[in-house]
Amino acid sequence: MTVIVEIIKGAISLISGMCVTTKAFFAPVVTVQYPRQTVNISPRFRGHTKLVADEERPDRTKCIVCGMCERNCPSGSIKKVEGEKLEGEKKKTATVYILNYTTCSQCGLCVETCPADALAFSADYNVTSYKKEDFYYDLIKEFDKRKKA
Amino acid sequence: MMNEIIQIVGKETVRVVIGLIGVLILVVVNALMLTWLERKISGHIQRRIGPKEVGPFGLIQPIADGLKLLGKEILTPSNVDKPLYFLAPVLIFIPVLVSFIVIPFDVCLQVKDINVGILVILAFSSLSVLSILLAGWGSNNKYSLIGALRSVAQNIAYEIPLLLSILPVIFMTNSLSLKDIVEVQREGWFIWKWQFFAFLIYFIAGVAETNRTPFDLPEAESELVAGFHTEYSGMRFALFFLAEYTNIMIISAVATVFFLGGYLGPFLPGFVWFFIKTYLLVAVIMWFRWTFPRVRFDQLLNFSWKILIPAAFINLIVTGGLLKL
Repeated sequence: MTVIVEIIKGAISLISGMCVTTKAFFAPVVTVQYPRQTVNISPRFRGHTKLVADEERPDRTKCIVCGMCERNCPSGSIKKVEGEKLEGEKKKTATVYILNYTTCSQCGLCVETCPADALAFSADYNVTSYKKEDFYYDLIKEFDKRKKA
Repeated sequence: MMNEIIQIVGKETVRVVIGLIGVLILVVVNALMLTWLERKISGHIQRRIGPKEVGPFGLIQPIADGLKLLGKEILTPSNVDKPLYFLAPVLIFIPVLVSFIVIPFDVCLQVKDINVGILVILAFSSLSVLSILLAGWGSNNKYSLIGALRSVAQNIAYEIPLLLSILPVIFMTNSLSLKDIVEVQREGWFIWKWQFFAFLIYFIAGVAETNRTPFDLPEAESELVAGFHTEYSGMRFALFFLAEYTNIMIISAVATVFFLGGYLGPFLPGFVWFFIKTYLLVAVIMWFRWTFPRVRFDQLLNFSWKILIPAAFINLIVTGGLLKL
């Protein structure tokens, strides 16, 4: 008798399992077909850092070349921050900002410590290359490129 | 030209040769399409799309996969038992081909109507165990051997309920020819005429015979690294793969003939009905695979010896008694 009860119970559980997969079969697809479709990137996504434009002078960055980020970077990924004082201006203007993205761990210390709030995370995730040198980003050049676009 | 050939070798030989060529084409196309179907079904059950890049709806994907397998180097691992290792993938393909000869796809669409048709299918499909054992033994690999031994135990256990569930139908038709069995069902399919339990038993045993989930212990990927075909690659692996999918087709086709009225059905031509019924059963087997977890080995054997075989015997005795009354 117990065997029959067990068989019936087992059959019911098998059928309910098949109902679950049937529902899943007719449910809409949840995957995204990547190269053809992309998902929206969340606002807190951490890509490589980028320089933010100054509101008063949108053609230039907010960076004041203090070197805080360079000193704070735990991996030493920020290689070179240089700038010059332009005629008739109080603040320095950055001319070179080199980030070695190969060692960067997106910890965000540079973004946090920046006194001028000049750094932010970009949403750039499509980065591949065969050469290490391609990941030495000059953020000033990139900023200029973005400005043109 | 054709008349001369027929005069020389005889009508029957020409028919068999043409039929064999047709069966070969059917086997290959069917196996390719079933891999596509399996991937589509598994994809949608897991809420993915499945293949979609190669051709419309990914329909050419299996051909691309086949070409890849054809182009691969044929590797022979060292220390294998060479004759057995070479023979196994060839041997697994012969029973599969022979079974198709006696299956009636339509009233006239049958290579040869043998009066012991179902015996041919059963006899030859039990031969595929032999080639699995050869593959496992010849590979000289512990996983292959374990997989092969499991397969043998499983096939012996499930061949009995498979046979016993077919017997009541043969009692009712008094014939072993598949065509006669279909023709008797013009008055009603056997699944509705008393033999529903036989159909259930046959289907469960059939799933186990083809080594499909939840009875896929011989090729359990997670514990045996693909079991008996671990050491096979390239075209040899493709032959095992082809045979597996064709076996699913045969099991479903025999179930269609015995319980679902074969090619009988209104409006549409017979072979269309036959393929609709067969592929529905195939889809159910695939549905099983993506739903159920694998059983343990003792559960597998207990289920056959303690439940399926007694149930099949009871069904047989009851059917025999009722027919005698």
